[in-house]
Amino acid sequence: MTDAILQARGLSKTFAGFSAVSNIDLDVERGSIHALIGPNGAGKTTVFNLLTRFITPSAGSIVYDGTDITRAKPTDIANRGMVRSFQISAIFPHLSVLDNVRVALQRHLGLSYHFWRSNKVLDSTNERAMALLKEVGLAEFAGTTAVELAYGRKRALEIATTLALDPKLMLLDEPTQGMSAEDVGKVTALIRQVAADRTILMVEHNLKVVSTLADKITVLNRGEILAEGPYAQVSKDPAVMEAYMGSAEVAHG
Amino acid sequence: MNKVFWVLLIVLGLAAPWLTYPVFAMKLLCFALFACAFNLLLGYVGLLSFGHAAFFGGAAYITGHVITAWGFGPLPGILTGTLFAMMLGAIFGALAIRRQGIYFAMITLALAQIIFFLALKLPFTGGENGLQGIPRGTLLGVFDLNEPITMYYFVFAVFMVGFLIIYRTIHSPFGQILTAIRENEPRARSLGYNVERFKLIAFTLSATLAGTAGATKAVIFQFASLTDVHWQMSGEVVLMTLLGGMGTLFGPIAGAAAVITLQDELASFGSWVQVAIGGIFVVCVLLFRRGFVGELARLVKAKSS
Ligand SMILES: Nc1ncnc2c1ncn2[C@@H]1O[C@H](COP(=O)(O)OP(=O)(O)OP(=O)(O)O)[C@@H](O)[C@H]1O
Ligand SMILES: [Mg+2]
Repeated sequence: MTDAILQARGLSKTFAGFSAVSNIDLDVERGSIHALIGPNGAGKTTVFNLLTRFITPSAGSIVYDGTDITRAKPTDIANRGMVRSFQISAIFPHLSVLDNVRVALQRHLGLSYHFWRSNKVLDSTNERAMALLKEVGLAEFAGTTAVELAYGRKRALEIATTLALDPKLMLLDEPTQGMSAEDVGKVTALIRQVAADRTILMVEHNLKVVSTLADKITVLNRGEILAEGPYAQVSKDPAVMEAYMGSAEVAHG
Repeated sequence: MNKVFWVLLIVLGLAAPWLTYPVFAMKLLCFALFACAFNLLLGYVGLLSFGHAAFFGGAAYITGHVITAWGFGPLPGILTGTLFAMMLGAIFGALAIRRQGIYFAMITLALAQIIFFLALKLPFTGGENGLQGIPRGTLLGVFDLNEPITMYYFVFAVFMVGFLIIYRTIHSPFGQILTAIRENEPRARSLGYNVERFKLIAFTLSATLAGTAGATKAVIFQFASLTDVHWQMSGEVVLMTLLGGMGTLFGPIAGAAAVITLQDELASFGSWVQVAIGGIFVVCVLLFRRGFVGELARLVKAKSS
């Protein structure tokens, strides 16, 4: 008996005849950290885009928390508590670090269409915004313009912004990509911390991160699922070893 | 620095009829409001509309018509024109808002050309001649708008109301999300914001206030003509906004002032005005990429840090 918060069945996406994702079944268990790994171009980001409906599946269905969201809009999906990050940094570059988080917190105030009100009404979110920044270790940068942050801190800001929506399911696309070893350690700890009361589905190249964090791993190759299971099992799978052989990922991982 | 601009705006605005001809000052205020409304869309949403003449000129025609034919007073007349621009803006917006960049500009241009065509062909618009002799009337039954000074202060009041609406919109919870969308649209979407609806509301607001500017213009000059709905009018407002500095609160006012002053000073040279303005535009864009006010703001910021 599993309790899946997210279930995809037969998910496929074809780009002009090229099959980027084909016939994928995915079960993300509630409260777990689930990792999606695979070589470059395997279709990981495409799966994220499909699950959050940034693109429309060519075939298949997606059920999130008991509701069929195959035809929902990205906005609806976010409002149901499934919030994603992006592979390339997803910050609002010229807003302050604090304002980045406030933009997300404003969502629940329900007055985002109120163009006749002063934005002073948003100050009620300041306390929560500062608490979130503190949680990801950015409190001292609250006034900094986001674009000026170091790379690792930008990713941390993204996580804070995503957390601001208090998502039930968080989708992180390569949260440690391009980070120094020190930053990777920090973000890993951060993810573990925020996973305490939510589900996380993450794309990750860094196998060390995957091995320490993930409860379950799905390996994707050329748009298909190659293997699935806990790290110990997946890492010994001959098909996985072969797919990773000769790919640049082995060196990094 | 904005404080200085606010004081300058109000002092100059109040003193203008004694510094220059009232008609010139009124024309300037109309175009300044037009440019500010346009800037709300270009500068704060990042959408380049090439059809704003439809709202400006369309409202001018409607206002002219309801005042002349239906006996509306100046204020109800301007409000009717504004309302018309709002509805037109909602329709144009709904049709164009999903397009990006040059496609958005092309669709707004095409839709505006329909309005131009209607202004030429519809029975009540006066064809090539436009609507002539729109009476200025009496404001609220008390103030005689044929009195240039009275008319000026009425126009100044209309401008200030429009400008304050824009100011508030930019500094509202709504404006905050507009900024977020301009900064990173997919991210705003992934946070659950309905990006299209935000853009549509901003477009409609921009169109509405552009309409207010056009409607007021019709009352000041007592006519509405094809010039008001011509695509060149759409181009002129782009020029004003870029010259003054898009995305700055006061830039479009400076840009409108520069263009209107140039047109006025060079009027005796006939069609060479356009060439001169074109040349000045090129030079300014090369020298001040952020516009007058944008560059000034940068200088002040650089000095203070
Ligand atoms: N919008 C698109 N149009 C056409 N092809 C696309 C599109 N998006 C992705 N693809 C193709 O689909 C395949 C999978 O891409 P995807 O970005 O999902 O890979 P990925 O596993 O995230 O890779 P990486 O590790 O490099 O991020 C690639 O071959 C890519 O070129
Ligand atoms: Mg990817």
